[in-house]
Amino acid sequence: MRLRVNQKHIPMFATIAVFLLIYLAGSVMYSNFFSLRVFTNLFIDNAFVGVIAIGMTFVIISGGIDLSVGSVVAFTGVLAAKLMHDYDVHPMLAFSICLTLGALFGMVMGSLIHFFELPPFLVTLVGMFLARGLAFLVSLNALPIKHPLVDSIIDFGIPLGFRTWLPATAIVFIAVTLVGVYLQHYTRFGRNTYALGSSEQSAVLMGLPVGRTKILVYTFNGLLSALAGVVYSLYTSSGYPLACVGLELDVIAAVVIGGTLLSGGAGYVVGTLIGVLILGLIQTFITFQGTLSSWWTKIVIGILLFVFILLQRYLSAAGVKR
Amino acid sequence: MVEAKGLKNNNVQRVLWPLMALAGILLFNLFFTPGFFHIEIKDGRFFGSLIDIANRAAPVMLLAIGMTLVFATGGVDLSVGAIMAISGAVAATVIRPDYVKGILEYGDVQPILLVLAIPLIFSLLAGLWNGLLVALIGIQPIIATLILMVAGRGIAQLITQGQIVVFIHEPFQYIGSGFLFGLPFPIVIVLLTFSATHLLTRKTGLGLFIEAIGANSVASRFMGIQERLITLSVYIFSGLCAGLAGLIVCADIKAADANNAGLFLELDAIAAVIIGGTMWGGRFTVFGSIIGTLIIQSLTTTILTRGVAPEVTLVFKAVVIILVALIQSERFRQLFSRRMGRRKVQIS
Amino acid sequence: MNKSNILIDIKRVSKTFPGVLALDKVDFCLHRGEIHGLMGQNGAGKSTLVKVLTGLYPRDAGEIIYEGAPFSLSSPQEAAVHGISTLYQEINLIPALSVAENIYIGREPKRFGRIDWKKIHRDARQAIRKLDLNIDVTQPVSYYSVAVQQLVAITRALEISAKVLILDEPTSSLDLAEVAQLFKVIRRLKDEGMGILFITHFIDQVYEITDRITVLRNGAFIGEFETESLPRIELIGHMLGRDPSALSKEQEEVATVKRRTKSTVEPLLDVHDLERKGSMSAFSLRINKGEVLGLAGLLGSGRSETARLLFGIDRPSRGSTFLDGEEVNISSPRKAIEHLFAFCPENRKEEGIIEDLSIRENIILALQARLGIFRALSWKQQNEIAERYIDLLSIKTPSASQMVKNLSGGNQQKVIIARWLATDPRFLILDEPTRGIDVGAKAEIEKLIIQLSDDGLAILFISSELEEVINCSDRIAVLRDRNILTELTGKEMEVTSIMRVIAEKEVRSNG
Repeated sequence: MRLRVNQKHIPMFATIAVFLLIYLAGSVMYSNFFSLRVFTNLFIDNAFVGVIAIGMTFVIISGGIDLSVGSVVAFTGVLAAKLMHDYDVHPMLAFSICLTLGALFGMVMGSLIHFFELPPFLVTLVGMFLARGLAFLVSLNALPIKHPLVDSIIDFGIPLGFRTWLPATAIVFIAVTLVGVYLQHYTRFGRNTYALGSSEQSAVLMGLPVGRTKILVYTFNGLLSALAGVVYSLYTSSGYPLACVGLELDVIAAVVIGGTLLSGGAGYVVGTLIGVLILGLIQTFITFQGTLSSWWTKIVIGILLFVFILLQRYLSAAGVKR
Repeated sequence: MVEAKGLKNNNVQRVLWPLMALAGILLFNLFFTPGFFHIEIKDGRFFGSLIDIANRAAPVMLLAIGMTLVFATGGVDLSVGAIMAISGAVAATVIRPDYVKGILEYGDVQPILLVLAIPLIFSLLAGLWNGLLVALIGIQPIIATLILMVAGRGIAQLITQGQIVVFIHEPFQYIGSGFLFGLPFPIVIVLLTFSATHLLTRKTGLGLFIEAIGANSVASRFMGIQERLITLSVYIFSGLCAGLAGLIVCADIKAADANNAGLFLELDAIAAVIIGGTMWGGRFTVFGSIIGTLIIQSLTTTILTRGVAPEVTLVFKAVVIILVALIQSERFRQLFSRRMGRRKVQIS
Repeated sequence: MNKSNILIDIKRVSKTFPGVLALDKVDFCLHRGEIHGLMGQNGAGKSTLVKVLTGLYPRDAGEIIYEGAPFSLSSPQEAAVHGISTLYQEINLIPALSVAENIYIGREPKRFGRIDWKKIHRDARQAIRKLDLNIDVTQPVSYYSVAVQQLVAITRALEISAKVLILDEPTSSLDLAEVAQLFKVIRRLKDEGMGILFITHFIDQVYEITDRITVLRNGAFIGEFETESLPRIELIGHMLGRDPSALSKEQEEVATVKRRTKSTVEPLLDVHDLERKGSMSAFSLRINKGEVLGLAGLLGSGRSETARLLFGIDRPSRGSTFLDGEEVNISSPRKAIEHLFAFCPENRKEEGIIEDLSIRENIILALQARLGIFRALSWKQQNEIAERYIDLLSIKTPSASQMVKNLSGGNQQKVIIARWLATDPRFLILDEPTRGIDVGAKAEIEKLIIQLSDDGLAILFISSELEEVINCSDRIAVLRDRNILTELTGKEMEVTSIMRVIAEKEVRSNG
């Protein structure tokens, strides 16, 4: 019996292969690479990237793109810090306000894209400007975050044995991933994003709520960007308006390397998770290597991105059809 | 007998709005900013607010010139900022190939031609890379140029080893801070580039071909227009412009800063092109993009003189771009025409 | 059939687009339990009628009655809810999603708030079995052939409980066995009481499966017939003939222009055994200087495909081309243009005009492309050329700087013709140059064609209007089903003989 490979799974196989390859190479070349601590650090250091990447997965699957995420992270962080620092707002309230604003921000962008048929790259590019500018408006300098509740969140961690802990930020990352998987697989919204990205024309003619899905997708991404901002501010214990410049590129790279097709219609949240881990692995590998400067990370990510884009292009040109 | 009435090309109409906007900003400053229009001549050189604005805007103007052509073919080049960084890094390396951290040496002065040519060659290659991805392999421009945007800055950082490479090279520094015919040299470079581009696109068939390709690539192909070659060329040109811009910035600060050179500038360039009235895939106007840059720059300056922090100008830029994009969007205009009682009928 | 059996009754519906009357007081009636064929050439109004019925376009006049009550839809979703499902030629399914999901997307069954995949797969297997389909419902729909995809689309329509099924050119990409399977399914649906509207250009199929046929031509209702009692040749006549009521003085003028029979003809282009898999069966043609070769045939017979092969847009899988006696390889439009070929495509909006550029620019563009980048035409030269052709072709515009998108269809077509004439070609291909154009402009273009050929230009003329082809051509090649059947000259070139050629060959191949 022939093994029937569902063609859309091929990018994911490539992703897993790359992940295992790097892990193998690292474990072979360096002691301590294959350790629980290194593994959990992948989740901890990249938690904020991961949270956004999950949201970005939905956006790209639906056929769109969101360039504003890095700026929203910065804005959220700095706003939360200011509220807590200057106005003595309780962290939970501050974070809630930020999350709401993030969602609203995404909703406005989604509405502009849908109702006025403006290209997503343009609208979210403007969003990137706007959010970054608003971040500076809130504060020109970094603001520290100090609050007993915050401290206890930062100190909180699930022990995993071998003297490693899984802190709150990583837990949030994993939780968001699980939520993403559920949304993608078990809700109409998730299925509609696939439909929208695969063939918007058909989706319209089949009577699917295309407009609602589009706007929702950007709202969701805005929410997650804000959440990532919260995570990031906890991770760095501060709000910094210049934070995460260029983050959107890393996020998109993670999503693409994770197997999601840039043209839309295919991709898995799980794949993105692995994509994020790969990004972390590359950074770890280079750190372990010691002699290579850290900007090699950017170059390697660029190369990987290129390879995966080529792969996707080749697959779409070949196109399996019986 | 049909007369050849009407404007030379619709481009003049297209530039009208941005020109008026610029005029508006200048007018505002005329009333509210003392000394704004004050230009004095010292040692045969022009000085003043207006000159400052144009000078500071020069790198973005160069980016905008290249971006205009790319935009007209229906694409975009997000990597221009990274190419600027690479260009500066290469220039610094050429000047000081044996850079030792922190020590400013006075070694041999490299020939200026080399210092100019090698970075530009690298920029050309970067543009070629983008062009091959888009024209030959057929990757979406946003994605194709994204790769270089990510990796390019890494390459620049690699070249400079992450350091800010300072140098002294008088002929080269002239590009950033020198004067020619009384004008700052960067402005002269912009004028030359603009003239060359204008000649190349409007005095030959190239401009028309670019517009045709962007507006309807199938029809263009049926007419024998070499779509791939032209698309490749506009990306190479955009890379070249970015390289030039990078040289100006580098010469100006007498250093190569791979981390910050050109940061966010691609966004400024795109904003300028949109505000200037170039269509995404169709008609373009390089002059409009220059005006667009001036609008952004003078807007920024005006806001700064009111005491607002420079970073906050991002908010204004964002609002302006989205307004312009909305005005240009079909749907938005439909909304208004419906209000006025006309109905737009869609043909399949 | 009594009144209560009528599902849809369309009465005197009209629809106008700027410059074009797409539907002119059209009547149409669909009964329960019948398969009703809708036929007509391109531009006859079939798709427009369907789009007006299903709510994609609002109608300008007339009424639609559905199940006895007046009916007005505003979107295809509403239509589906009311039981009218349309299957368009481009399969409207989501390629990346599975068969099962395509059937239920938008209405996925849920359990405890989450999508119940087990139920979806179970229900899907049941549903497709009703159509005798036995496939793996978890595979993405793009994995399967077009025929299977169509059946999946029908399954979806049935699951949304359709009463009316509209099939728009469903068999274009199917082979004989797949067509048979589709017909089996349709017949069963008809027996269950569905009303099926079957749009096609295949005459064989219409006779095989439909109960009644409605013919449209140029937006007008020609007639409704019982399939059994309509002879093939009459059907073809209804579809191809020019609307007699539209005959105007200009047309009579053109019709009576005596064509000079060319005594000596010089060959310009000779193609031997040109073939392209999936596009055209091997054919040989000769194009002579100063002569108009007309291509006559029904929709889908391969006329445009022939043109595309000759102009280098499509590459042949085999065959050879000779120009002025020497072998050439026309491998791209650019190559063709170098040899002074010219091509006015059928789809003028997408492949012809550049809407956002001015008339002047559209006219000089092909010439400029041939001259290259550096030999630029000056402003003065551009204007001269533009004005010359605006006058010659009577293009109605206040100025040459107007954007082409503001012109009417007829004038846009003239701009495209002007563009190619400006390149001073030796061989001009015109694919449906008069489609969607008012009668006056049509006559002008026809006169122009005759004149150009008299001046020495070799022309390939494709048109769905038989009378037009006959009026303008010196020779006519008749096509059917991607084959060039035969060439007619002189007295043979008249409506009934051509129709007979098309019909007869059909009868023969039916055996």
